[in-house]
Amino acid sequence: MRMTTIKRWIQSYSLFFIASIIMLLGVEWIVYQKIVPAYIVPAPSSVIISIIDNWRPLIMDHLSMTMLEFAIGFTISVIGGVSLAVGMFFSRTIEKLMYPAVLISQTIPIIALSPIFVLWFGYTIWSKVAVTILISFFPVVVGTFDGLKSTDKEYIELLRSMGATKKHLFQKLYFPSALPSFFSGLKIAIVSALIGATIGEWLGASQGLGYYSRRMSGNLNAEGVFSAITLLAIAGMMLFGLVTIFEKRFLRWKNN
Amino acid sequence: MTLLMKNISYSFVNEEKQRTQVLSKLNLSVSQGEFVSLIGRSGTGKTTILRLITGLLEPEEGTITINGKAVVLGDVGYMPQRDLLLPWRTIIDNIMIAGEIQKGLTITKERARSWLARVGLLEYENALPSQLSGGMRQRVAFLRALLTGKEILLLDEPFGALDALTKKEMQSWLLSIWQELDQTILFITHDLEEAVFMSDRIVLLAPNAPLEEVIVDLPRPRIREMQHSTELFMLRQELEKKIAYDND
Repeated sequence: MRMTTIKRWIQSYSLFFIASIIMLLGVEWIVYQKIVPAYIVPAPSSVIISIIDNWRPLIMDHLSMTMLEFAIGFTISVIGGVSLAVGMFFSRTIEKLMYPAVLISQTIPIIALSPIFVLWFGYTIWSKVAVTILISFFPVVVGTFDGLKSTDKEYIELLRSMGATKKHLFQKLYFPSALPSFFSGLKIAIVSALIGATIGEWLGASQGLGYYSRRMSGNLNAEGVFSAITLLAIAGMMLFGLVTIFEKRFLRWKNN
Repeated sequence: MTLLMKNISYSFVNEEKQRTQVLSKLNLSVSQGEFVSLIGRSGTGKTTILRLITGLLEPEEGTITINGKAVVLGDVGYMPQRDLLLPWRTIIDNIMIAGEIQKGLTITKERARSWLARVGLLEYENALPSQLSGGMRQRVAFLRALLTGKEILLLDEPFGALDALTKKEMQSWLLSIWQELDQTILFITHDLEEAVFMSDRIVLLAPNAPLEEVIVDLPRPRIREMQHSTELFMLRQELEKKIAYDND
């Protein structure tokens, strides 16, 4: 079992890994040959060295702050988004009232809104959390709502013919039917929540990887910028992987 | 008298608010322990009749009663055309679902397992529906309806999607269970031979015409060899004529 999982992994991703390594080696060579100056594209090896040299402030001060903003914003998005989706599903009035608002929230450029958040929340953590929520709320609401709506009508009738109440229908039918679409939304939301936290930091912060990369960019420290990006990418992939693990766990029936 | 439909009218209303009358002043009664088949071309309201009896639809006029009481949702066991097994539930959890929904109904695991054993699916009790073949899934769907414990079972073309051989097996299998449990069955089929082989009585539905009935007085238990008997052949021919006549 374990063996086959690893084998499948190698089969699915080996080509990508090989290509990535070749590309990184290529960049390394280009920088080494001084074809591109190191302040434009740093050598991958010097990015790694920069991360190792600065790991304490990078991890303890900046990554931890970004993750905190992400965690607060994402949690609020998931709880609020699922509640709103369930509310819209059961009440046409709530749907008519809120669905356009949720859609419109996506059409406003977030960068344009961020100064308002800074105005309201100052440079506290909440201006970053607000951007995170704004960017990750939508996929959660839409994923959950569409999932609930996609419940097969014939299943509903079958359970009703057995005398099922609304509560039964929700527990035994709507909820499990909505899970695949909920998880699709969640995968988008978790990655964009991290982006949201970073964008929030660009616009005004004194801590966090977004703040760090901007400061390093101001100093023409390409290694610093790229180490922040690398850490964000690793964090994003790990969070995505986490959701995928949960998805596999809850949707075992889908993988058969 | 177990099931009584009196003066039932029903029409569909489409999105443009046009009405299509499906049933008008229909009367139908099914006695306890009877096996009755409904046949008729598409659009004659066979499925509508079953859905009215379950309580999923409300008749425009008329009454439907079981033992004198008006039907409500949860009064009968219903098996729709598609097997509709919940894909995330194991086989045993699928057949036990009625026990989680209906008050006062408990389906013990032992009972569910003994039924699975009877239909030859015990080894699949913890499998998911997607791992089963069409015939197996149909058996599971039937058990789910049976385990609701209702006296009346409504089966909507249960074997319609099965291949000929599996279908024959399932027919004998259903008859044996029906005979043992003294259940009342209302059965929809498009297969005239199946209707004759299985039923005590066949009800023919035709658009805008009164119901016609054909009594099948072949002896019971019905065995496979009877499918080639002259009586069965004659009955089948009679049905075919009636249906053809309806078309004129």
